[in-house]
Order: sequence, then structure tokens, then C-alpha cells
Amino acid sequence: MSILYFTATDYRIMVLLLILVAASLALYFIKDLLHAVIVYGAYSLTMALIWLQMNTPDLAITEAAAGICMTVLMMVVIFRTSRREE
Amino acid sequence: MRDFILKRVAALILPFICMYGLYVIFHGHVSPGGSFAGGIIVGLSFIAFATIYGLEKGRAKLPETVLNWTESYGTLWYGIMGMVGIVKGAPFLANKLAGVSLGAPGALSSGGLISLIGLGVGIRVASTMVTLFFTMMEEEP
Repeated sequence: MSILYFTATDYRIMVLLLILVAASLALYFIKDLLHAVIVYGAYSLTMALIWLQMNTPDLAITEAAAGICMTVLMMVVIFRTSRREE
Repeated sequence: MRDFILKRVAALILPFICMYGLYVIFHGHVSPGGSFAGGIIVGLSFIAFATIYGLEKGRAKLPETVLNWTESYGTLWYGIMGMVGIVKGAPFLANKLAGVSLGAPGALSSGGLISLIGLGVGIRVASTMVTLFFTMMEEEP
């Protein structure tokens, strides 16, 4: 019975969580570091959208700035100095 | 000439990114965001500049001494703003108790000291991020 009481936001969060699980699993199996960084950006973007659906735009801004831009730039700068394959 | 488009687009966009970071810092109490997120955005504009144009030009924009000063005095500014409450005879970091006038609710000036405190924290976060990235970028062979 309780499935009747899901709102539109709940369904949106479910779809986003499925994308999140897919991105996390892909992060585990990808060997190339550049591809892993790109997939991590997709993961952070999905997480920011989930925060937005949960009515916390504050965390969404922080996730977008720190998760997407900062971490991806940090990874790019780091693996410029090291070898690319895992 | 290989990254001509990248450099032109960055020159157009990066000032607005820096401005948006300052907007997020100053509107931390009336809209989503805050000093930490705004500080990261401000730092990000300088990091992206140094990544695109090279570390030497980034160093020319923000020399080592400027980074040291902003990193230290951002924290000190937070302390000074907290001492306002003690000087007025109220607890540390007191805002309304210290007699700071809060304007109309929802206005930019309705936070009292919070905007000024957030400015210190934002500058501190931005300079820490920029220092971290410049140190890491110097190590590349």
C-alpha cells in the first residue's frame, strides 16, 4: 500500500540513486585514471542533484564546488606528476 | 595556438566565477551557500587560471607573500570580529547582544557581523586552496 504514497520527488531521488550506484560500480572497475576522474565528476554531479531534491541547496553548492571542480582539478594535477595507468 | 579557445573562454568566464564566489560569501545568511562554499569558488577561479595559463602567470597574480598574509590575517579577522562582542560586554562572537543593529529581515545587511566574519573565513579558505594547488603544481617534473 505504501507505494501509493510516493511523491514525484521520491521517484526522482530513486532514479538518481540508481545512477549513483552505477557510477560507484564503474569507478571500481575502471583502470584508466583519467576516465575514473571523469566518472567521479558524474558521481558528484548526481550527488549534488540528490542534495537539491532533498531541499538542501546549501550542500548542493558545496558538493558542486568541492566535489566536482576541486577534486577533479586536484586529481588532474596529481596524475600529471605520476603514471597514468593504475 | 593549440589552446587559444580555452584561454579566450577562460578570460571571459573566470572574473564572473570570482564575482559569484564573493556573492555567495556575502549572501551566506540570506541565501544558500556560505563562506566555505564561496571561498572554494573564489579559490577555484585562481586555480583554474593557473592551470590554464601556467604556474608562472598564476604566481604573478597571487605571489607567495600575498597568500601568506591572507591566510594568516583571514583567521585573525575572525578573531577580531569575535572580540567585538567581548569589548561591548557580551559573549564572544555576540551579534545582537553586542548592540550591532540588524536591519530588515531578508536584506543583505540583516546579518550584522556575519557577512564580515564570512569574509574572513572565505579569504582564508580560498588562500589555503590556492596554496595547496600551487605547492602541488610545483612538484611536476
